[in-house]
Amino acid sequence: MWDYSEKVLELFYNPINQGAIADSAEPDVAVVYGEVGSIACGDALRLHLKIQPSTDSILDARFQTFGCTSAIASSSALTEIIKGRTLDQALHITNQDIADFLGGLPEAKMHCSVMGQEALEAAIYKYRGIEIEHHEDDEGTLVCACYGITETKIRRAIAENDLSTVEQVTNYVKAGGGCGSCLANIEDLILDAQQSAETVRAAALAVAKEQSTQPPIRPSTHPPAHSPTPLTNLEKIMRIQQVIEEEVRPVLIADGGDVSLHDVQGDRVLVKLYGACGSCASSTETLKYAIEAKLQRLVLPTLTVEAI
Amino acid sequence: MVTYLDNNATTRTDPEVLAAMLPYLSELYGNPSSMHSFGGQVGAVIETAREQVATLLGAEPTEIIFNSCGSEGNNTAIHAALAAQPEKRHIVTTAVEHAAILAVCKHLEKRGYTVTYLSVDERGELDLMELEATMTGGTALVTTMYANNETGVIFPVEQIGEIAKAYGATFHVDAVQAVGKVPINLATSTIDLLTLSGHKLHAPKGIGVLYVRKGFRFRPFLLGGHQERGRRAGTHNVPAIVALGKAAELAQTHLAHTKREAELRDLLEYGILATIPDTVVNGGGAPRLPNTTNIGFKYIEGEAILFMLNREGICASSGSACTSGSLDPSHVLTAMGLPYTILHGSIRFSLSRYTTEAEIRQVLTVMPEIVERLRALSPFNNDQAEWLQERDVALAT
Ligand code: FES
Repeated sequence: MWDYSEKVLELFYNPINQGAIADSAEPDVAVVYGEVGSIACGDALRLHLKIQPSTDSILDARFQTFGCTSAIASSSALTEIIKGRTLDQALHITNQDIADFLGGLPEAKMHCSVMGQEALEAAIYKYRGIEIEHHEDDEGTLVCACYGITETKIRRAIAENDLSTVEQVTNYVKAGGGCGSCLANIEDLILDAQQSAETVRAAALAVAKEQSTQPPIRPSTHPPAHSPTPLTNLEKIMRIQQVIEEEVRPVLIADGGDVSLHDVQGDRVLVKLYGACGSCASSTETLKYAIEAKLQRLVLPTLTVEAI
Repeated sequence: MVTYLDNNATTRTDPEVLAAMLPYLSELYGNPSSMHSFGGQVGAVIETAREQVATLLGAEPTEIIFNSCGSEGNNTAIHAALAAQPEKRHIVTTAVEHAAILAVCKHLEKRGYTVTYLSVDERGELDLMELEATMTGGTALVTTMYANNETGVIFPVEQIGEIAKAYGATFHVDAVQAVGKVPINLATSTIDLLTLSGHKLHAPKGIGVLYVRKGFRFRPFLLGGHQERGRRAGTHNVPAIVALGKAAELAQTHLAHTKREAELRDLLEYGILATIPDTVVNGGGAPRLPNTTNIGFKYIEGEAILFMLNREGICASSGSACTSGSLDPSHVLTAMGLPYTILHGSIRFSLSRYTTEAEIRQVLTVMPEIVERLRALSPFNNDQAEWLQERDVALAT
């Protein structure tokens, strides 16, 4: 039997915010739901959100979950975490936040928290008019055929949760938990991620010493964009700019590099990398991936990043 | 108080069994392999235990090899069968065996053996025509379970054995779940090798038996000392052997009363089917052990059910992936071709001679509410049955 925290058991035995949210005719209220998983996979979550378009915030959240103890507790926790937040704030919530709220989850059950994060994204994308079919995780090379998990999703789980073993990847996204024929490929992805991280770190250290003349960083003055419908071009660019300023640059600067937004052409985001970040081919690739993942998650799943 | 309905996982050590073994954990600690009389007196009790086990199986004492557990018995049996006919490279087993068979077969496949995994139908039953069709003169071994641990479905072992014999193959039966629950008479059987495990019949864990038919060219798996007439090295686990002997003796008496267990099992089964919609008995149409039922609760997940039961002090087991640490649902239920709606929400209740009617009634009292609560949380329900099936199919292909 799993060793669950008291919080997990409490939210499993007495779940908060269970059920659906009925469509509402109230003014300034939109109701939407996002869905992940399936009965075939053994867990599924339908997350219902009641949104106030004028403030772009979550008025109420409810869940319907098919799954184990920790899946139900994770869903309940998620609804508690996101109530009252703006959609942009909600998009920043990671699976680790859900696990932390629960006082931790057994590592073999971390995929339950990942499911929560994904359902949240699915709901918000849906509300923003972004086709769910275009969700980043459905794209990219299929690595695990048993669970339909793509390379993109595995890379993201590795990066966001700092995973270093195949077993961890299986625990977080299920890939590798079936026939096992994808295990070697998952191992390659982990190695790749580790090597890239190492390259960036080394390059950053080397260049940081010479790089004391970077232009000062201007904090973002752009307000967050809110939209109940698909993003306009202007909103999209503002949002990209905001994420780069607030989410990406601080990390790069800390490592002795920097980035600026050069142009946005449709879904192509052109950026310029400086310092450590621009110094070698491998680190450029890594950064492109890192920035792309952030922008895809926080702005639009169809965005691609190119370094010029 | 705990309502223990997980007896296919392990059983309570019978108090009489415990009493029988205790002296050998304290003052009678001699090693039966020693030359002195202090050890020698212990040797005699091993032989008594051997006779007790042999009697339960309708075997001869010399056909009984004590070992550590069912897994050891299964591993040894397979290796012994292959060693007996080294020129043959084909093994036949079923898709629903215990891991201690399947893992060995997978391992042997990498070593150049061909393994046929016989399928089962939705009732969990084998197709003997399929068995017949796969047999050749090159088949070294047919290994099947006597009864399935998850569903309790009993295989027609004697018919399987006859087919195996017709092709000159060794016939091994993993009878871990069957011994003590159904009568077995090896004297008139086609079985060459049979595995049993003590802790499934009210002996403690860590003791098992491999039955080896007299005249079978047995090659030992574990080499070393001369214990068990050189067929299984390793210091005798005297207290556990004594315990197993006593447990076998008690099981023999109990066999006459398993009808009561079957009645309680049926009470549980009918009670659940009658009060909770969308439930099915997995393997219900086949001959089954008297103590086992496996019930699928559609649209909800097994681990969640188990935790709810656990809060009520009821111990059962689930074939759901989430309980096991693996991510795949039960290979047995999967092999039976059950739909996903049932696969993840199946619970096994396994009774023993200690199970009372009050315990069964307790389960019947709490179960409807548990299922209702979890179904209220679930995004799936009967209204979506059609949609679910479509999705099941899409995902399965
Ligand atoms: S392909 Fe990944 S587990 Fe089977």
